[in-house]
Parts: sequence; C-alpha cells; structure tokens
Amino acid sequence: MAAINRDDVAHLAHLAHIEMSAEELDRMAGELAVIVDSVKSVSEAAGDDVPATSHPIPLTNVFREDVVGHTFTAEQALSGAPDAYEGRFKVPAILDEG
Amino acid sequence: MSDATLSFEEAMEKYDPVLGFEVHVELNTKSKMFSSAPNIFGDEPNTNVNEVDLGMPGVLPVVNKTAIESSIKIGLALNCKIAETCRFARKNYFYPDTPKNFQTSQYDEPIAYDGYLDIELSDGTIFRVEIERAHMEEDAGKLTHMGGATGRIQGADYSLVDYNRSGVPLVEIVTKPIEGAGSRAPELAKAYVAAVREIVKNLGVSDAKMERGNVRCDANVSLRPHGRERFGIRSETKNVNSLRAVEHAVRYEIQRHAAVLDSGEPIVQETRHWHEDTRTTTSGRPKSDADDYRYFPEPDLVPIVASREWVEELRATLPEPPAARRKRLQADWGYSDLEFRDVVNAGVMDEIEETIAAGATATVARKWWMGEIVGRAKNADVDPGQLGVAPATIVELNKMVEDGKINNKMATEVLDGVLAGEGTPAEIVAKRGLAVVSDDGPLLEAIDAALAAQPGVADKIRGGKLQAIGAIVGSVMKATRGQADAGRVKELILERLGVEG
Repeated sequence: MAAINRDDVAHLAHLAHIEMSAEELDRMAGELAVIVDSVKSVSEAAGDDVPATSHPIPLTNVFREDVVGHTFTAEQALSGAPDAYEGRFKVPAILDEG
Repeated sequence: MSDATLSFEEAMEKYDPVLGFEVHVELNTKSKMFSSAPNIFGDEPNTNVNEVDLGMPGVLPVVNKTAIESSIKIGLALNCKIAETCRFARKNYFYPDTPKNFQTSQYDEPIAYDGYLDIELSDGTIFRVEIERAHMEEDAGKLTHMGGATGRIQGADYSLVDYNRSGVPLVEIVTKPIEGAGSRAPELAKAYVAAVREIVKNLGVSDAKMERGNVRCDANVSLRPHGRERFGIRSETKNVNSLRAVEHAVRYEIQRHAAVLDSGEPIVQETRHWHEDTRTTTSGRPKSDADDYRYFPEPDLVPIVASREWVEELRATLPEPPAARRKRLQADWGYSDLEFRDVVNAGVMDEIEETIAAGATATVARKWWMGEIVGRAKNADVDPGQLGVAPATIVELNKMVEDGKINNKMATEVLDGVLAGEGTPAEIVAKRGLAVVSDDGPLLEAIDAALAAQPGVADKIRGGKLQAIGAIVGSVMKATRGQADAGRVKELILERLGVEG
C-alpha cells in the first residue's frame, strides 16, 4: 500500500466535500500515514494464500424473497427533510454533477 | 451555439467509427433491490419508499433474490459467463439523486461477463456485438429542476426530489468497443438496443418500456482515421431513450466528431446531452475529479455465490431467444424473407402465430393480418393486436369463404361488423343478409346477359385470352350486387363458352 501524502488528503477532502485548513491537512496527512502503516502490517501477516476479504463473517447469499413490505407516507418520508415542496424533497440546484 | 458537423457521407469517407453502449435495464421485481418497498412506476412522489431507500442511519440493505435470478437470466441470454462469486460495491458521489451519497453497484466483480449478441441488420447481415459485462446496481431518485429554463438544470433555482425510483433494481449491460460497423453504425446502434430490449422483455424480467425509462441507453462514439488501430477520444451521450434517438444520436456524434477532427482540434472526452427536438447533442461536463468514485466493497452486503446448479436451473427456464424464434417461425410458415420482415415490422408476428394455432393456414393468417387488419389498425391509431380481432374470428371468416357461403368482399364487410361490435361473423352474415348466390340459375342468367352485351370479350376468351374473363366476371358481380362467388362465376363462364380453364 502506497503511503498517503498531503496532496492525497487534499484530493480526498475535495471529493468528500470537506473543507480543511492547511494545518488540518498537515495534521491529517500525518495521522492517516500512521493508520495506513498500521494496516500495512496486516498485509505482512496475510500470505498469498489468504484471499482479500470485505466481510468479517464468512456468509454468502443472504437474500430476501421478492415480497412487498412496509412503506412510508410522503409526510413520514419528508418529516426529517430540511425543506420540502409538494411531497418532494427540495434541494439547492447543483450544476454539472451527477 | 451549435456545433459544426460534416455530412455523414464525408465523415464516413475520412473516419472509422467505434461505438460502445451502456444499457440500463430496470427489472420488474415486485420490490426493490435492497428494500421491501414496492417497485412501481408513477405513484405519488415519495410514497414507495422506506428507511432503506432514504438512506436513514443504521439501516441494512438485504438483497432481493428474484433480482439476482433476473440478472443471471439476462447474463445467460447475453451469452455471458456467470461469476461464481461476486460482490456489491459502493460508488461514492454527492448528488441529491441518492440520499446515501453512494450508489450500491458492482465494480470489479460483475455478476455476468464476456458475452455476445448477434444483431441482425435490416438486410439480414449479422453483426456480432461483444458484451464486456452485465452488473447489478440500484436506480437513483428522480430530480425535477425548477425555475430557470423549463426542466433544464442550467439556471434552475432549486430541484425537487422523488425517491420512488431510488433502489429499483437495475442491470447495466456494457459492450466492448464495437469496431467495423462503418456507415452502418447508426443502424447497428438502434438494432443493438432493440435486441437488448426484446431479450429482457422476452425473459419477462423487465417491462422494457423505453418511454418509461425501463431501458435507457448511453452511447459512446469515437472516430479514428481509416487504418489506424488506436481508438480516438470518445464522447458519451447520456440517456438516449428511444430507439430512433439512439440511431440519430450516434449519427449526429459521428458527424460532429468528424468536424472537430477536421478542424485539427482534439475531441474533448465529455458527457453529451441528447436533445430530441433539435436532434443534436450539447456539451455536458468534462471528465473530472468528480468521476473518482472511490469504489470499495459494500460492507453491509455479503458476497453472492451463484452455484453452477443454480445457474443451470435458471438456464433451463429461459424462453426461446427472440432471434431463434423468428427463424423457426419463418421456416414453419414458409414466408419469403421480405414477407416475414414485413410481418415483423408490422408487429403482427405473435398474432399470426396465434391465428395459425387457432386453425388457419400460414397464408390465410398473413392475408388477413397484413391485408386487412394492419391497415385498419393504422387508421384507428392502435397496434394491430389491440384492434379487437380474435384469431378465432379470422378462422371463422375464412371457413365461410372456403365453404362458399360468402365471398372475400363480404368477408371484409363482416370483419368491419365484428370490429363495430355487431356480433360474431355468423350473426353478422345472418343479420345483414349476406350470402353468396350459390344457385347457378341466377348466375347463368347474369353470365348470359354479360356475354351477350360484350361479344368481343366472349370471342377473346374463346380464342384463349383467359385474362379477358375479368370483364365478364365484373359484370356478373355487378348484376348480383357482389353476392356471387367469383370463383364459381369463372367456372360457369368457361363452361358456357366451352373453354378449358
């Protein structure tokens, strides 16, 4: 795993829509580098015969039958929305994304 | 400002197009991909949602088994390999069409991969399109941009979001780069999307209505000079949502790329928006940092394992592929290529099949559907199958004609009666007093009168010019007000004149 530098952190902050000051970037780059190093030690312990895993419990095929269950009313769905209009969530117009 | 374009012919002279398609298919499961909320089109906004679709904190998605089976069926129908194990991944981005700030999708482990589809072009040419992958994901919510220009995001003041579509199961089918289509690229584009649509409809896994967004196409186009192996830079035209638009969009992008390349400028790798009204595309956004989706395995879902037994069980349930079915039916019915293509284009293949099953011959079924019903349906502006002619009606009408009870002209009159709701063919024949004059007496009288009135014609027939008989038959039909059996009249005329038919 490659080390993480200040530019990487700035890039990630941008992607994640997190505003960070110069000091925060410096500090976070250092902290994340330590975390990445720590994770690296796992790679050293796991040999080539250990497959990468995304889940700690060896389960597969946890399915649900295709049966319709509960729904919210529009009022319930919108109850936590900062703003709503005619049964829909109202959000600022965002140009050129998505 | 509209972009410069070259004529299609000039673009083809100079450049070789390479295509690629991403087709999104909405599955028609009863519930959503990861939640039990109903998968229904067109309800009141934000009523077909629950906590999972709204991305509430602490909720857990659970995979819909039917959606997995439908995805495997699509993979098999596209001649793909089905992954023994695969996973879901999070595609991270910020946009209000997903309340979770990520879309649950598949990244490096699609459920189906390495397939192909043989596409038949209008002249019968078969073109093989290689399928890179078909992966599962969830649909996003629907945004309506308010204020500013109607419905366009440019200048909008705010957007309204309906999450009913959020979480609807999707299968995204991605082709490999399609080379060698040349000037048939636009036609191939349309035929490919039509074939995918037909397959998912035939499988019964999607409603496949493009006008409802059940099947959506993103079309990639790039050009390269003839003889060069390396691909040019591509544009991706988003959400081209009718078959006609797919053809037009590919054609337009080829013409636009050619003009850009001719001017010596580089093509910008970007998203383009298709405008049906002007049949042009406009620049969306360039590829940028925002496309860094930071995919990672979805920790809330466990891997999918498709055992070979399960895959074979599903394979055994697949219906006959549409292309194979067409081939079989054409052979069974003995139609020429042209006849069969006309039947397919008129949209009456299923109806003819049902009519034959009801007892008609292939020739009779085609005669009625193509000769009578298609035209009436066109006038009524409905699909032929929706006009209200039951296969049994055609069989009954045809039997009456064959038995000599009514002639063809009367049969079409009876058909109109059936469509007007006047009853069954037998009832209409009785009610309207339609019946062929089958007693030879009155016919012979009329024939003698007609021969006497047209002695020149009679001589011609005697002299062997049998095509002249039409004039006499016409007179007899007129005299009997169309109630004679034309075949019988012909026989009697020949008999009368002592000529061998």
